[in-house]
Amino acid sequence: MLELRGITAGYDRRAPVVRDVSLTLAAGESVGLLGPSGCGKSTLARVAALLHRPDAGTVVVDGTEARGWRHRAPRAQRTAFGVVFQQPRLSADPRLRLRDLIAEPLRATGAPDGIGELATAVGLSDDLLARRPHQVSDGQLQRACLARALALRPRWLVCDEMTAMLDASTTAALVSVVEDYRRENGAGLLAVGHDPVLLGRWCDRVVRWTDLAPGSGPTGGGQAGRGM
Amino acid sequence: MTPLLDVRGLTVRFRMPGGREVAAVTDVSFELREGECLALIGESGCGKSVLASALLGLLPGNAVASGRALLGGGLDLTAADERVLARTVRGRRVGLVPQSPSAHLTPVRTVRSHLRETLRELTGRRGGEEAAAARASFPADHLDRYPHQLSGGLAQRAATALALVGDAPLLLADEPTTGLDRELVERTADELRRHVDAGHALLMITHDLAAAERIADRVAVMYAGRIVELADAARFFGSPGPRHPYARGLLDALPERSFTPIPGMPPELDALPPGCAFAARCPSATDACAAVPAFDGTVACHHAPEASRA
Repeated sequence: MLELRGITAGYDRRAPVVRDVSLTLAAGESVGLLGPSGCGKSTLARVAALLHRPDAGTVVVDGTEARGWRHRAPRAQRTAFGVVFQQPRLSADPRLRLRDLIAEPLRATGAPDGIGELATAVGLSDDLLARRPHQVSDGQLQRACLARALALRPRWLVCDEMTAMLDASTTAALVSVVEDYRRENGAGLLAVGHDPVLLGRWCDRVVRWTDLAPGSGPTGGGQAGRGM
Repeated sequence: MTPLLDVRGLTVRFRMPGGREVAAVTDVSFELREGECLALIGESGCGKSVLASALLGLLPGNAVASGRALLGGGLDLTAADERVLARTVRGRRVGLVPQSPSAHLTPVRTVRSHLRETLRELTGRRGGEEAAAARASFPADHLDRYPHQLSGGLAQRAATALALVGDAPLLLADEPTTGLDRELVERTADELRRHVDAGHALLMITHDLAAAERIADRVAVMYAGRIVELADAARFFGSPGPRHPYARGLLDALPERSFTPIPGMPPELDALPPGCAFAARCPSATDACAAVPAFDGTVACHHAPEASRA
């Protein structure tokens, strides 16, 4: 179970983007978090994935309260999460070939190398695996970023606007990779987005930001996006 | 009536090191009239943006273009020299609404300063920034803001206002809605449509099928550098639907439809297979697909169903 209790978070303590928000995901459950640009949903997703320290509130991952964030999180908690961001170009080291990009979490944790199955699952050929990010399309790079997120077999996946830059067919392909993985491994999912049709089709349940955080309206100054 | 833009057999090749050649655009033909919106759709990497660069004369040095793209029945955009393009075409006869507008604007200058320079260069007038901003519904009280102080939607309007200053009859929008949320996509699309209804011709390059459906009169589907289907938007998105199997697959991948991806990935543009480039992913491929299907003006497929006369 993934529990977010009374989370307040942001980039300026005087003006938090997220105020006192709680959300609970059951083990293996997929939840879509729906809201407009700049509402704070990406910040909440980063808190859930232990990538951003909240100003207040607690995160409980499968019964253990999170005490550290980012590199200070204990490895067992950190590696329980696989994260995919909106913009693959900004999430990929331009120097790494896709093969090494996908294997980076394995290398970093000393896990045995082996990305063959992952590459097959996301549909990347040997030819593409040998290329660097500037030599592939956004869709191909996002496939590699998803494979990287699955490399350590996480119990939780956080997909923050994973498909916002992609065409319809690539979107459907990546969602089916995530769902195949979840079916086999029983992993839970927090999918953040602004497309109600997509999230409704993808997730067990969809939570609207306005219901989750009635007090905090769009701020227009979020870290990940800007609203009107 | 002469179409405003008449593209005939446009082909763009990139010469790469080692004798490699990238077939970015192959034998593309279409027409665009005043007061009409044509949406050019396809997966990323299919050659859409190269086509836009060719129409603006902004291809890099290693590109070789052939065919023609006649603007207003006269000037060939693929053959015009840089002086002509810079002094009489860009901004004046072809306006660009860019992808990611906040990156397109100069970060250290206000919107007013952008508009002032554009007005001076394109019209010779001083002043008039408020009126120019109003044409794209950009609020006058935000004119003195810098790009980073604008939301995605307002940055989009600022970029559109700049594209409209020169009163160019042809507007070219390159992925104008990427990364915007649904409400903003609809607002941006509706604003572009308003300019079409005011007499501009709009070529909208996009992979956002919802935006295309919302405002396009016609749809051109591009796959591996070729246009494979050119259809009336209402018939394409409604009934009887697309005729090319790639276009059918693209619509079927939408979450409101069957949400199933087209198997495989598009071929690399430097290693296109002989014959139909879609055959390897196509459910109805046969031996006939070993030959490249000719584009008959509406579809390029050996197995397309007959156009029904509805």
